Amino acid sequence: MGDNITALTTIFTEFYYWVTVVMMFLIHVGFCMYEVGVSRTRNHLHTLMKNTMLIPLVTITFFFFGWWIYWAFPNGPFIYEGKGLILDGATGANQYLPWSPKMGPNLQDHITGVFWAAFLLFSWTVASIVSGAVIERIKSGAFWIIAVMIGSVTWIIDAAWGWHFDGWMVKLLGYHDAYASGVIHAIGGGTALGVLIVLGPRLGRFAADGTPRDFVPHNQWLVTIGLFLIYTGFWGFYAACNVPIISPEAIAGQITGATWTGTTIYLTPTTLSAITFNFLMSLSGGLMVAYIISKGNPFWTYSGGLAGVITASAGNDLYHPIQAFFIGGIGIYIAYYLHYWVERKFKIDDAVGAVAVHGYCGFIGCVIAGFLLWGYPSSPYEGYAAVNPIGNTIGGVIMFLVLGFIPGWVMAKILDGMGLLRVPRQVELMGLDFKSLHEEEIAREEVLRVEKAMA
Amino acid sequence: MGSTWAVDLANVGAVYPWLGYEVIMVVIAIIAWLIWHFVQIREEENDYAEDIKLHGSKENIKKALEERV
Repeated sequence: MGDNITALTTIFTEFYYWVTVVMMFLIHVGFCMYEVGVSRTRNHLHTLMKNTMLIPLVTITFFFFGWWIYWAFPNGPFIYEGKGLILDGATGANQYLPWSPKMGPNLQDHITGVFWAAFLLFSWTVASIVSGAVIERIKSGAFWIIAVMIGSVTWIIDAAWGWHFDGWMVKLLGYHDAYASGVIHAIGGGTALGVLIVLGPRLGRFAADGTPRDFVPHNQWLVTIGLFLIYTGFWGFYAACNVPIISPEAIAGQITGATWTGTTIYLTPTTLSAITFNFLMSLSGGLMVAYIISKGNPFWTYSGGLAGVITASAGNDLYHPIQAFFIGGIGIYIAYYLHYWVERKFKIDDAVGAVAVHGYCGFIGCVIAGFLLWGYPSSPYEGYAAVNPIGNTIGGVIMFLVLGFIPGWVMAKILDGMGLLRVPRQVELMGLDFKSLHEEEIAREEVLRVEKAMA
Repeated sequence: MGSTWAVDLANVGAVYPWLGYEVIMVVIAIIAWLIWHFVQIREEENDYAEDIKLHGSKENIKKALEERV
């Protein structure tokens, strides 16, 4: 850090990302509360541990190879002009190999650790999206392998392709997805759907004639507070998607003048103020429509708020707040009815509506952004395609289907073939916490027996 | 890293111990990660098998279902 301005900018940026990481931790707290609230009492501990333990597993694997993939894969490899991995140079991936001196305490580098962590928290989120859909019947070991796959491999490939200033999808397709409708949510929902098809519904979820039975959340309070916490953490998520302050010289693109700015991940200019308007307006659109169509059902109303934000996220750097409001409402309207249609038609048991809220809304958000932002520059650099409906729709398909659904389905098939995917029928009926709860009962009875003897 | 902070920080980079042995540390960590998965999956399979063996009768399952919804 040469001069004082550079030092202040660097320390501000370091602190900025650090704060977003702390805020995003709340997303995971929220997901855990939400899932436990939805699950039945005999499956609480399993549900909680399944989601909790993805934290260390995705963290270490994101350190081993996830971060390297982000910087190495923007060309595909070999999708953009036949170019391979980006390994060397100022943005080369080799400086992010797990044994690089930058990947540890280093007084010359204030940014790598916090920027890595911000992306890592996105990784937890995307794995957690899958976690909720598959509760009460998936084996923990199988889920954790799927979590590593999406958290440290597939989502970060999609980020390198479509959420990187140099990504081939941005250059060729004009793909614009500033706050990750497709990059996080569509891939999470797509992966969940792929796994669910192989995994099958919970026992008793569908009647013999195919009519779904409602598995009522055991604790609506926990569900709603969990979703409130996800909203809260989502603020950190939005802020983390930005570069907080950068000079035109540092961007070295087409922006003229000397005005410093905040930018999106594509280095296109935006402000925290802009995304604050749109976060709240899209949240409101989602909540209002969800309340009406679900007739005030708390589960769907809260999910609708989340769905509203997710649908508008692709373009929330640029939309007018009124546009964000309506987009949020449109997203949950489509996702709500699509969820029940898919459930009845294909007997898909998505316990938390993750495929709808994240997958369908994420995909719809990409498509809408392509139309509404048609003609906007996707990048401050020359030679990039402008934002357009075809490019953003293809982008949504890549996120939901190519990098989401297909890897999820294939991995689930492999695990199922090895007998590792689904818990045995008897255990599912007894409850996945049976052993823990049985041991607790024995311990409690033993203490009671001793206490009675002492009376 | 040397033994004193009486240095120009502009010349100080990585400060963790065992500088130069990062590859070995990473390899060990990756092996530990993979072993963790193997052990966890084996334990989980054993637990389910034991649950079924000890408590998997129809009567026990019905009792468990009545006790905890």
